[in-house]
Amino acid sequence: MAILEVKNIEKHFGATKVLEDISFDLEEGQALAIIGSSGSGKTTLLRCLNFLETPDQGQIVVQGKKLFDAADPATQRESEVRKKRLHFGLVFQSFNLFPQYTALKNVTLAKELLAQEQPDYKSRKKEILGEIEAEGRELLAKMGLADRAGHYPHQLSGGQQQRVAIARALALHPDILCFDEPTSALDPELTGEVLKVIRGLAEQKTTMIIVTHEMAFARDVADQVIFMDGGLIVEQGDARQVIEHPQQERTRQFLSRYSEH
Amino acid sequence: MFFTSAEFQAVVSALNEGFLKTVQLFFVTLIGALPLGLVISFGSMNRWAPLARPVHWFVRRRAQRQAGAPVEYKPGKMAGALIGFRPIRLICRLLVWIIRGTPLVLQIIILFYVPGMAGLFSWGGGESARFTAVAVAFVINYSCYFSEIYRGGIQGVPVGQQEAGQVLGMTRSQIFFKVTLLQMIKRIVPPMSNEIITLVKDTSLARVIALQEVIWMGESFMKGNQGYSGLIWPLFFTAVYYLAFTGVVTILLGQLEKKLSYFR
Repeated sequence: MAILEVKNIEKHFGATKVLEDISFDLEEGQALAIIGSSGSGKTTLLRCLNFLETPDQGQIVVQGKKLFDAADPATQRESEVRKKRLHFGLVFQSFNLFPQYTALKNVTLAKELLAQEQPDYKSRKKEILGEIEAEGRELLAKMGLADRAGHYPHQLSGGQQQRVAIARALALHPDILCFDEPTSALDPELTGEVLKVIRGLAEQKTTMIIVTHEMAFARDVADQVIFMDGGLIVEQGDARQVIEHPQQERTRQFLSRYSEH
Repeated sequence: MFFTSAEFQAVVSALNEGFLKTVQLFFVTLIGALPLGLVISFGSMNRWAPLARPVHWFVRRRAQRQAGAPVEYKPGKMAGALIGFRPIRLICRLLVWIIRGTPLVLQIIILFYVPGMAGLFSWGGGESARFTAVAVAFVINYSCYFSEIYRGGIQGVPVGQQEAGQVLGMTRSQIFFKVTLLQMIKRIVPPMSNEIITLVKDTSLARVIALQEVIWMGESFMKGNQGYSGLIWPLFFTAVYYLAFTGVVTILLGQLEKKLSYFR
């Protein structure tokens, strides 16, 4: 069974339709790349999955559980949305690290706050915080940032910041990790180190959705690709198939612009 | 020796007494206006629009009735205005406009005299009653100025910070206290310092209802109600008190700014 089922998502901003009848499934352990030109609705789709936008129509189902149903207001209550968000992780284009915390604290903060809700938090406080810190350090080490744990974001390069942001998202063990153009704010030299980390996650069978403009990366790392245009899914399928042998004229046009340079 | 003369002693002891009142008014205003300003700033950013849903519903239903089928609809000017009606925001911004739009001196006078004239209540006589009235006027006035500084500070924190907190499953209050607050404080320290230094000097306006703060005390040596008359230097001498006080405040705020410079 698919870990994520997106059914007929529709979203308007005022009178503009930004998403139209978006449906797709994602299997556990697979990576899905979403490609398309700016304004095609890719980012809005990710934001809908992370409950930063509320779709006007459609359903979002994770592990057979209906997390969101536009027709059912009970699924949209603020208190529940907060917990539902934890099924998804989101890595932003602009990193959005918390500037006043060290890299390590950025990774552990949310987990520490969640731990306060555990019934045994008071009695095991030290132990719990110790575990969270150890895991935070481990995640940073996995990102190649073991020696940067005590640095503040402004002391890190863009690529390092983005890797901290990835560790921060991983710390909460989301079912599905989403990337919103994770390398678009980086210069080409730093892009590589972030893509390498994402590639590593794909090899470990992390379920991921990656909005990206890196076509070669999408082809090599993703299992599935969705090409979006004007708020619609124009083409979807096997990554290599879609990128190397697109069936739709619109997809071909879009991809040709990338192969030119 | 002038500094040991009885005149100098009398002036200093009177000015000290007045200065104590100045300092009291300063701190009472800060303690009241810093939190109240935050409340007003939240009010002036409040998005509660009670008419949005019913008006949307009404407009959509009317559009559908006319078309006989579900259609795209667009609210008109009138409906748009009703949808955008946000009473809490409106009240707070109105308050800020009135308070910032009129002189503090006038506000002190009105607040002190009007309740009694209107038969509502009286502040009573005496120095402590006058202090209370002035303190209330100052707290209201300064919380309005502070609220705008807070608003700028909060809105200056990138939305991405809040969104990052949201996707990490934080509650609204966790996001405010753990993510936004410190970044906001860092942003508001320079404009707040300005306002706080202005407050040091604005306390002198309290003498308009005869609160015996340091300037009032200085003037009293001209008017003769301290056993001396025609002395003008005590009034000039009050400047020393203000300079000392603003000097200390400036140093403290500078230290706070430095303390927050560890992040960007």
